[in-house]
Amino acid sequence: MNNDKVITADQLTKRFGDFTAVDAISFDVHKGEIFGFLGANGAGKTTAMRMLSGLSLPTSGKATVAGFDVYRQNEKIKQNIGYMSQKFSLYEDLTVKENIRFYAGIYGKSDKFIKEKTVFILKHLHLESETNKLVRSLPLGWKQKLAFSVAIFHEPQIVFLDEPTGGVDPVTRREFWNMIYEAAESGITVFVTTHYMDEAEYCSRISIMVDGRIDALDTPQQLKKTFNAASMDEVFLKLARKATRGE
Amino acid sequence: MANSYNMKQFIAFIKKEFHHIFRDTRTLFILLGMPIMEIIIFGFALTNEVKNSKIAILDNSRDAATASLIAEIGSSRYFNIEKDIYSYNDIESSFREGKIKLAVVFPQHFGEDLRHFNKAQVQLVADASDPNVANTLTNYASAIIVDYQKRITQDHQLPYTINTEMRMLYNPQLKGAYNFVPGVMAMVLMLVCTLMTAITVVREKEMGTMEVMLVSPVKPLRIIIAKAVPYLLLSIVNIASILLLSVFVLDVPINGSLLLLSFESVLFTLTCLAFGLLISASTDSQQTAMFISLTGMFLPTIMLSGFMFPIENMPLLLQIISNIVPAKWYYLIVKDVMIKGVGFESVWQETLVLAGMMLLLLMLALKKFKIRLA
Repeated sequence: MNNDKVITADQLTKRFGDFTAVDAISFDVHKGEIFGFLGANGAGKTTAMRMLSGLSLPTSGKATVAGFDVYRQNEKIKQNIGYMSQKFSLYEDLTVKENIRFYAGIYGKSDKFIKEKTVFILKHLHLESETNKLVRSLPLGWKQKLAFSVAIFHEPQIVFLDEPTGGVDPVTRREFWNMIYEAAESGITVFVTTHYMDEAEYCSRISIMVDGRIDALDTPQQLKKTFNAASMDEVFLKLARKATRGE
Repeated sequence: MANSYNMKQFIAFIKKEFHHIFRDTRTLFILLGMPIMEIIIFGFALTNEVKNSKIAILDNSRDAATASLIAEIGSSRYFNIEKDIYSYNDIESSFREGKIKLAVVFPQHFGEDLRHFNKAQVQLVADASDPNVANTLTNYASAIIVDYQKRITQDHQLPYTINTEMRMLYNPQLKGAYNFVPGVMAMVLMLVCTLMTAITVVREKEMGTMEVMLVSPVKPLRIIIAKAVPYLLLSIVNIASILLLSVFVLDVPINGSLLLLSFESVLFTLTCLAFGLLISASTDSQQTAMFISLTGMFLPTIMLSGFMFPIENMPLLLQIISNIVPAKWYYLIVKDVMIKGVGFESVWQETLVLAGMMLLLLMLALKKFKIRLA
């Protein structure tokens, strides 16, 4: 099971002019894993995620996502991934139902599938009574949870979450992570960037990026042992202090 | 199979765009109400025709000839005699008070001179702080005086006279509407298509939904077309309402083929849409998009299309620049087709220019619209 690699990266690099945003990173992500991508602002985690999700073409190195090559099989990759950005990604002036139908429609799901799954999701999120309300009127936490449900609506193999819990209160964050666990249990691989250290503890494995490179990659327990730290916070600070790159 | 998938995706998109448009009722109201407002404003409030201008009369002669001439001027719909004045000094002060636009001065012995020497003089003093109005008013006044002269000389023919006879083709009543209806059409289409498409695409970039779309399997071309379709439909509604208003309210006829006129309007609409998409592909904020649309398209449309200011009177450089303004060509076409009633054989060159611009803009927009964000 753990040999089932859904993402592989080998010496993956992205340069913008003289600036090397991502510097030859290599790692594998296995099916059903929650893979945490940590780093200070500007460490290069968003750029790395963008290369894997097809938003940005690598400068050099190799990578596959869901078994497809990031250079040549972009369209295949797009069919198999979901994405939720740090910016809120639902339409505020559309209702809950319209948002779901639109995103499901993009992936060309059948009407029957859309209908059944919409009912299921709304029930799961306790949003049945808000079906026809504008997304604008929902509290931020609900919006985030809805956005996540929409991102995995088409049942992708992998979902990329770019700082999904920014600005959300601790209770909602906890609920949000429960949803991530559920998704992972159902076989969806979760690739998540964050800079909340408590969230890092929830991940199966974590990679910590400093100045465009991956400085550490292991399970949270192992990382704490290696760095002789009581918490992930300490691990992170020990590593991040070496950073030369500012914001 | 693939086709039904593509179709489903496309329909989902267009539905979403319509949701955006219909939910924002205020904007929708402006978009549909604007052409009606503009036609009404241009038709009834803003007009180049000068009516009921206030004038003053200084009559130093006070005889039968001046009396009948004054009566004639006063009864014309262009002039209202505001007051009689009695000295030259009063002319200046009346202008300064801003009460009058024109003063008509009859010298002493006007009637006698006319009868005995067959020659008399009238002086027209106009407020040329607004040169166009001054020109128009002196022309009107001269025409009335010439008319009067013709009538009194009817009986004894002058030895040599050249009578000019004028015919105003296509617009015998010299109505302003014949000029501004095509102009308003160009303006409205420009505003709806360029500005609105630019804003709607950039808004998705700002909100972050564009990123989600680019990660999805949707083809960028399809995103672009889906964005343009609703505005194309809105524009067709606008074209129809402008044409209906001009025919039934302003009595501007459609002398040419309605089909040709519609075809040309859709072509122009597509050009504007392409420009809007190009703007949205090149910018990341709604403000910038709005600024570029207004300065890059709206101002040139008003200034350089020939609608407000005649291109023939512009400096050579501006005349050359006016050629790259799509609205200029559309304006020419609409005037030709709608007012002169000519067919496609007379406007094919303009049509070709417009079509070329549309293709160029569309190609640039597609090229600029990045499949990948970085």
